[in-house]
Amino acid sequence: MAKKNQASAEMLKGTLDMMILRTLLTGDAHGHTIAKVIERTSEDVLEVEQGSLYPALHRLEDRGWVSSYWGASENNRKARFYRLTATGRKQLTLQVSRWRQMAQAIALVMGDKAWVEGGDE
Amino acid sequence: MSWRRFFLRQQSDADLMQEIELHLAEEMEENAARGMSPEEARRQAFLKFGNPQRARENLWQQNTLTAIDNLWRDLKCAARTLARAPGFTLVAVMVMALCLGATTSLFTIVRAVLLKPLPFKDPGRLVMVYEHFHGFSAGFDYNEVSPADYYDWRAQTHGFEDMAAWRWWQFNLTGEGEELPEVVHAAAGTWNLFSVLGVRLPLGRTFSEAEDHVGASRVAMLTWSLFQRRFGGNPSVIGQQIRLDANAYTVVGVLPRWFAYPDTDVQVWVPYASVSTPELLAHHDFHQSFVIARLRPHVSLQGALSQVKAIQLQLHMQYLNKPVAGDVISRPLIDDVVQDVKTPLLVLLSAVGCMLLIGCLNVANLLVARGAARQKEVAIRGALGAGRLTLIRQQMVESVLICSAGGAIGMLLSLAATEWLVGAWQGLPRAEAIHTDGAVLTVSCALVFVAALLAGLLPAVSSTHKSAFAVLQDSSRSAKGSLSRTTLRRTLLAIEIAVTVVLLISAGLLFKSFLRLRTTDLGATTKNVLTMHYGLSRRQYDKPEKVVAFNETLLDRLRNSPGVLAVGLGSVVPGAGYGGDYVFAIPEHPPLKPGEDMPDALYRMADPGYFSALQIPLLSGRFFTAADRLDRSNYVIISRQLEQEYFHGENPLGKHLHVAWNDAPSDYEVIGVVGDTLYQAGKASKAAMYFPVLAGPLDRDFTVVMRTASDPLVLSLPVQKTIAALDPSLPVSDVLTMEQIIGQSAETTSFSATLVLAFAALSLLLAAVGLFGVLSYIVAQRTAEIGIRMALGAQRDQVMCLMLGDGLRPALIGLTLGLAASAGVTRLLQSMLYGTRPLDPSVFLLVTAVLLLVAAGACALPAWRASRLDPMQALRLE
Repeated sequence: MAKKNQASAEMLKGTLDMMILRTLLTGDAHGHTIAKVIERTSEDVLEVEQGSLYPALHRLEDRGWVSSYWGASENNRKARFYRLTATGRKQLTLQVSRWRQMAQAIALVMGDKAWVEGGDE
Repeated sequence: MSWRRFFLRQQSDADLMQEIELHLAEEMEENAARGMSPEEARRQAFLKFGNPQRARENLWQQNTLTAIDNLWRDLKCAARTLARAPGFTLVAVMVMALCLGATTSLFTIVRAVLLKPLPFKDPGRLVMVYEHFHGFSAGFDYNEVSPADYYDWRAQTHGFEDMAAWRWWQFNLTGEGEELPEVVHAAAGTWNLFSVLGVRLPLGRTFSEAEDHVGASRVAMLTWSLFQRRFGGNPSVIGQQIRLDANAYTVVGVLPRWFAYPDTDVQVWVPYASVSTPELLAHHDFHQSFVIARLRPHVSLQGALSQVKAIQLQLHMQYLNKPVAGDVISRPLIDDVVQDVKTPLLVLLSAVGCMLLIGCLNVANLLVARGAARQKEVAIRGALGAGRLTLIRQQMVESVLICSAGGAIGMLLSLAATEWLVGAWQGLPRAEAIHTDGAVLTVSCALVFVAALLAGLLPAVSSTHKSAFAVLQDSSRSAKGSLSRTTLRRTLLAIEIAVTVVLLISAGLLFKSFLRLRTTDLGATTKNVLTMHYGLSRRQYDKPEKVVAFNETLLDRLRNSPGVLAVGLGSVVPGAGYGGDYVFAIPEHPPLKPGEDMPDALYRMADPGYFSALQIPLLSGRFFTAADRLDRSNYVIISRQLEQEYFHGENPLGKHLHVAWNDAPSDYEVIGVVGDTLYQAGKASKAAMYFPVLAGPLDRDFTVVMRTASDPLVLSLPVQKTIAALDPSLPVSDVLTMEQIIGQSAETTSFSATLVLAFAALSLLLAAVGLFGVLSYIVAQRTAEIGIRMALGAQRDQVMCLMLGDGLRPALIGLTLGLAASAGVTRLLQSMLYGTRPLDPSVFLLVTAVLLLVAAGACALPAWRASRLDPMQALRLE
């Protein structure tokens, strides 16, 4: 368990921000939803260390990429919702393209041509 | 951005907690929905989330400016540590408050008096120009200028933009109505003086060129203080008339409030020529004026002065048989204004500087002691991963706190101290400019910083040295690790004592000078003698007979007053100042070779009773008699010094002195020789010649001298009433006993001597406290050792000697260093010493004795305590 966690945390380093922004693209959400969405869409491969999610959210807010407001959750609890700002949107595009470039480059090095072509649609 | 975060981090943390709570609640709900028991749902939620505390810490750190946070933590920690040792904190803060306060005060004064430019326009270009006699004995270096010389300089040189002159004067100011008459100090300035200085008047105008002539209409300017005091600040005084010496003067202007040149005593200004005669103004040897010159821009002082020098040399050659100087000399106006207080002020500033140094060393010493007590704490912090810099910073914060608190209290102290100093220091020039301002505050903040660094750095560095961690290794036997610290404390202490010794010796020398000055033998009696001054106006007492008649009537009445033993009348009494000098020739001697210095002596007046009233001894010949009056008064009495200097063993009686009074030369027969007197305590004696008061017209300013049976001040009021009964419009001034007159000339010396002595005493106290602290510390360190020694049979007095020796060693080293340093430093005090050599053995001996005594006293208690130790307990202690 501990080992797995560590591996995923390492992988997530630097990409957590990007994924949070991507999640918020579909609509405002609070921390729990975001964590859930990331886990689910990655088919439970990526397990967000939920503790580190919140400092990341605050950091993004600080940079002005997301904004926050207090609202009611689905279960009618007081929750803090995050919304993607215009700057955040721009930032997301930038990060995604950078990520694609990187992934492609790594795939090239690894000689995984098929994957590259497949993933570049 | 990050600042905002930093200050809002509490809020941010609260938000986060709420978010976490929600997150966990949602998670638990989901888990419960999956069919887990509430227990399990909770467990799984927490498992998944991880440690909420860590998330909070992460965010907290993310929101934190590390440096500030650390500083804040250090501050809190230091404040708590200090609060836990209130005794130490109080002592340290008070020491720093005293030292910083005194330093700030002195700096405030030094800045205002010595450093601030004068409040005139472009003051850097203002210089004073004096005549300069070569070859004459000291005292004629910066000689007052003759009117005719000044006029020639101004007319014939081009290096200066303009030159102005002024001279001292004095008036009897009488009211038009009921106001009491008073003597006012005045100055007579040339019409261009105020434009040379660049002074704008708040009211009225300055003198015009036409008014600056003999016989021109009489005009006057008032200083702000007289304007307020006597005329209630009413602007309508401009154009009104005031009575000076019974003459009507029209007020044309009022000087600004800040104007205090040449000093604050001057109340009235009149045009330069108005107090003279055309003959006097044409004199090249009537030295009574001060010349201020404004340098032209882009002209060097040397260049401008060389033109004046050339003219003066020409004048000197032209009047070879008159005292006309052959050279000129100049100094900046500001140096001229502060010349008397410059050295005392710098000495005082150095003294407080030394005291501050001692204070810092003392606090450093206390901190080292505390460092020793906290050795373990430091070691543990270090072991837990605190870097050396962190440890040093933490200890520095303590000294910064102490110094800041001390500085704040000191600043308040200094406000009061500055006010007191300015009030108590009579005759401090530019006192009106002294106040605490931004620059002073900046400097004192810098001082606080430097003090904190001085006091804190050394202890901090030493206590965080690698060896400090040794305490952790060998449990509690810690004497080894602190050996270097003890050495450090001893070194600090030796330096502290050395500085104290320098201060004590300087103070001792100054105080001895002061005592010498107070007890100077003036050559006349000073016990139970009352003097007072009056001046008879030329208008009211226009004939010599009237002057003589007034004086004789007054003396008669005073002689018959109860309690009066003897009465005399003179011009300037011994100790009351230079008064004036005149050159003379001795007709019986061969004429002087050209270029040879002319005989020169102070000139005084005396009536028949003057010498016996002051108990100045008659050495040969006779005193004046009542018969030596008016046109039968061509007699002179000379002092012994004049006889020795100019008669070289021949009998002066019957010989003559030829004096060229304002172009009315006269020969005076020498009828007596009297003992020498000093014209001022602290100055070398000078030859003097006395002329009969009853001659009438020589001078109109008189000093009555009364020797009484008991306290002379009791008589001051009856005597003034006697004078008022004779002439109600005649004001009397300077009602002083001879002792007060001497006191006045010792004023600055007494002031600086007392202050330096106070600083030295404080430093001695600090040094004693330091010594006491160090030895107590050493005793505490060596308790076990002492116990062993005693168990092995050491006697109590042996232990006491051992500890005393331990404490006295740094004192002795400090004393030796201090004595050596004093030998060099005291030479700088030379100009402030009177009758005392810089290496005065009695002072050095006394200081050595006092220091040893105090040191022994400070060491006695800890040493005695060491000798009283119970060996059993001492051994069990560790």
